[in-house]
Amino acid sequence: MTEDLDAFRAETRAWLEENCPAAMREPVRSDKDACWGGRNYVPSCPEQKQWLDRMGARGWTVPDWPKAYGGGGLTAAETKVLREEMKRINARNPLNSFGISMLGPALLKYGSEAQKLEHLPRIARGEIRWCQGYSEPNAGSDLAGLATSAEDMGDHFLVNGQKVWTSYADEADWIFCLVRTDKSVKQAGISFLLFDMASEGVSTKPILLISGYSPFCETFFDNVKVPKANLVHELNKGWDVAKYLLGHEREMISGFGLAAGEDPLVTAARKGIDPLLRAQVALFEVRARAFSAMSEKFLDELKAGKAHPAQPSMMKYYGTELNKTRHELLMAAGGSDTLEWESAASNHGAAPRAWLRTKANSIEGGTSEIQLNIIAKRILDLPS
Amino acid sequence: MPLYLNDEQAMLADTAKDFVAANAPVGHMRALRDSDDPTGFSRALWKQFAEMGFTGVLVPEADGGLGLGHVEAGVVLEEIGRNLSPSPFLTTAVAAVAALDGTAQRERWFPGILAGDTVAALAIDEGRKHDGRIAMAAERSGNGFRLRGAKRFVTHGHVADLLLVAARTAGSAEDADGITLFAVPRDAPGLTVTAERLADASIAAGIAFDGVALDADAVVGEVDQGSAVLARLLVAGRAGASAEMLGVGGGAMDMTVGYLKERKQFGVPIGGFQALQHRAAHLYSEMEVARAAVLKAQQLLDAGDPGAAAAVSVAKAMTGLAATLAVQEGVQMHGGIGMTDEYDIGFYMKRARVLAEMFGDTNFHANALAQSAGY
Repeated sequence: MTEDLDAFRAETRAWLEENCPAAMREPVRSDKDACWGGRNYVPSCPEQKQWLDRMGARGWTVPDWPKAYGGGGLTAAETKVLREEMKRINARNPLNSFGISMLGPALLKYGSEAQKLEHLPRIARGEIRWCQGYSEPNAGSDLAGLATSAEDMGDHFLVNGQKVWTSYADEADWIFCLVRTDKSVKQAGISFLLFDMASEGVSTKPILLISGYSPFCETFFDNVKVPKANLVHELNKGWDVAKYLLGHEREMISGFGLAAGEDPLVTAARKGIDPLLRAQVALFEVRARAFSAMSEKFLDELKAGKAHPAQPSMMKYYGTELNKTRHELLMAAGGSDTLEWESAASNHGAAPRAWLRTKANSIEGGTSEIQLNIIAKRILDLPS
Repeated sequence: MPLYLNDEQAMLADTAKDFVAANAPVGHMRALRDSDDPTGFSRALWKQFAEMGFTGVLVPEADGGLGLGHVEAGVVLEEIGRNLSPSPFLTTAVAAVAALDGTAQRERWFPGILAGDTVAALAIDEGRKHDGRIAMAAERSGNGFRLRGAKRFVTHGHVADLLLVAARTAGSAEDADGITLFAVPRDAPGLTVTAERLADASIAAGIAFDGVALDADAVVGEVDQGSAVLARLLVAGRAGASAEMLGVGGGAMDMTVGYLKERKQFGVPIGGFQALQHRAAHLYSEMEVARAAVLKAQQLLDAGDPGAAAAVSVAKAMTGLAATLAVQEGVQMHGGIGMTDEYDIGFYMKRARVLAEMFGDTNFHANALAQSAGY
């Protein structure tokens, strides 16, 4: 067993050495520098596309999914080895994807065979970019209060309503969407639909944020026809899928607390730092390194079915708060350099925009306060 | 290796949990304190630890021990922490065994440790903070050495059979090189031991060495090459203290969460109030992260990984933060009763303070990590 794993590690290391382009071993410089795939994908450089195609062909964009659905068919232990070997050479994640981190796991559990075969391989190869239609203007922390409706028209559903905070809706190809199919009950009246964002009646409007960027949109549905075959799981059972998926979303977001490669804060500190700030950074790094162990432990426990079902809430809470602190310290370490908003030297204000972006980390996917409520009730069993 | 206890380790954890809770619960510590017990722990309990095999957890099988690792030692220490059980386990079965392992000295001292007859104490610190300075001189004298100087914060030093003493055979106080570790029987002439009861009711000694004469065979490892042996002792001690702090913090947290469910004000359990729920949930998160850091450090130590010492520093610093929060929230959320001697939560606060200080506090380790990262 250990010998097999050692052999797998050696093969993986050799393959990565051979196939991971040098440019893909450099840190991602900005959000636009990351690969998201999709129909309208424009690679930031040829190596980015090469890296995506090579990893996608091996199923290693989704190493632990079954081969039949475009995955690598690796065991949990092999997946961990692959992750470690990628980290060893600072290999970039070949594909950022809500299809991988959110929809995929939900489809693997709840999708029909036809849905899995249609969608999963395209997700794995980065051909279709997905967005998530959850929050609405009147359904934020109280997500189950959503109102977007899907009316049964016999051979199709007719979807009407509005979503908000839809990440990258303006660049996405398809949406997985929570819709109300029964108004008389709350959670038990919600269904989970998949549809093409190119469908007639879908429109998006980017929201300008404090960072000056628009990673989120308002998304409008005006008599959108959705085939019945695109209903995931049973009618009015969408909340089960949503809850399952939220667990995966929080797990992904908890990755925010981790620095890929060296923590930029350490790099900044090394350039010279006053003693009081140095002490704050040093104490921050204790938590950051401890959380990196926590992240590893959580994933190991998840794979082995040992994680508490509400543990993603702890990961989400801790990782996002940690990331906000990291960026506060980065701003303090950078001084007036990190105040520049437009200059080429500042990479168009990458630091302050990233700092502002992190403020959403503890709001999106369930606020820190909601996560603390969940931990208190479901893990600590405190009374309501 | 996955980052959770394997089946054997989980079984050992169950055994340790039952054994320590049955034989050395918090009441055991309270009784020792109330009787002003001059030893500070129970020799009979130490014998029982030996009968369970615990004292040999880190002793190699070839030397008659269990040949297990720091994960397993930590499992026992966590229960010691949870029950606030006074025990020489950390200094003897963990730190001293790690230092003596593989040296000629092991043949002399391991049998007594395995039998639960021998207690070891660590004479390392000289200042009021653990800071890596070793100024105490070991002068060459005939075939051996004479120790001159003073050590502080030597837990169990007043009753230990064996003192592991870090002294300088070359260089000056700040140097990492030139240190030699000595195994000194406590009845050696020229030793003056002053026992001090600490805030947590444990007893640590100040020890003056007035030309204590030692044979050359008292050296653990090689002369002038003690920094490697000392490093082994310290990483083991730090990993162990971290594990014990997990138990202290976890015990305080469980007691506090239990209190939140049972204490009623305004006609409802106070655990229903969101102000307290959020603080309890935050504490849970800190403790979970600390637990992961400790297990990671223990696994790396057991694997002989070059990153183990840094991981141990993370663990010691993080458990210092988390356990300190646990006991502070513990006393506050218990309200007035948390301030009483009658209630156990205060004992947790005192024990956490002592452990936080032992082998370098959170600031010491955060600083060490920063220095090794180049800032």
